[in-house]
Amino acid sequence: MKDGGTLLTLASFFAVLSLFAIGGGNSAVPEMHRFSVDVQHWLTDRQFADTFALAQLTPGPNLIIVTLIGYHVAGVSGALVTTLAMCGPSGLFAYFVGRASDRFKGAHWHGAVSRGLVPVTLGLTASSAIVIATTSDYSWAAAAVTLGTALTAYFMRVHPLWAFAVAALLGLFGLI
Amino acid sequence: MMVEQRRWLTAEEFNEAYALCAILPGGNILNFSVVFGSRIRGPAGALVAIAGLMGPPLLLVMIVGAIYAHYGDLPVLRRMLTGVASAAAGLMMATVAKMMLPLFRNRAVIGPVIAVATFVAIGLLQWPLPLVLAVIVPVSIGIAWVRV
Repeated sequence: MKDGGTLLTLASFFAVLSLFAIGGGNSAVPEMHRFSVDVQHWLTDRQFADTFALAQLTPGPNLIIVTLIGYHVAGVSGALVTTLAMCGPSGLFAYFVGRASDRFKGAHWHGAVSRGLVPVTLGLTASSAIVIATTSDYSWAAAAVTLGTALTAYFMRVHPLWAFAVAALLGLFGLI
Repeated sequence: MMVEQRRWLTAEEFNEAYALCAILPGGNILNFSVVFGSRIRGPAGALVAIAGLMGPPLLLVMIVGAIYAHYGDLPVLRRMLTGVASAAAGLMMATVAKMMLPLFRNRAVIGPVIAVATFVAIGLLQWPLPLVLAVIVPVSIGIAWVRV
């Protein structure tokens, strides 16, 4: 399904998403799920959870999940299109704002924007958590992994890779 | 590394650029690499920075994607990936819980209200992100602006 229509759909969706991904890749996860699973039926819930996991495991920014989605939908061209679409608009925006920021150093609005975005980012991260949890916690054991990881990470500093390694081992030995 | 080893930026420049990128849409690291690259070498610098950041993961993840396409149905791989995704969800929940403390301790009601509204709209009702943010972000920033 590598026709131009699909590539255009991918490009337009991720280009728009690029400008609304406040708080980074994780914030955009619910919207990616909504579009690729619910609207376009490109992936099942399970495939989405798998894709998310693979993106977390791959070194580099978590945004790389878009590349995986694009690859799944339309091969290499899909991967390139989604990556460019996701990085381009926000990158351009950052470029121009970065150039202009000398005029805005310490401006009052910076603090207001920063403080205003905090609760929104919080809500978005929570949304991501619930979306990933509901697409991957299909068994009590998996839900227990989520809860156990959450509690451990709350009270102690947990490096993500350790959490993933333990969880992957549990999966390997059939405990999930 | 950027400040101490290579001396590309002063600590102050780093913090300022980082703080700026945190409020811009898109990946924090991505934006930072653009801003940093453009400071060093203009547009070419920005492009090189992005290519350096995204290039290797791009190639790597396509290989991963190809492997998944072939072997993703194997039960053992399925279970392992489920484990990783479940753990990732747990990590995000812990992050949320930690972020909640300062916000709720603040005793101002508006912060939690906005956070909950965002969560309900995006996480539960699954409304489109651009529509929700187009409303909530200006409201939240407007309130933050007024309250100081």
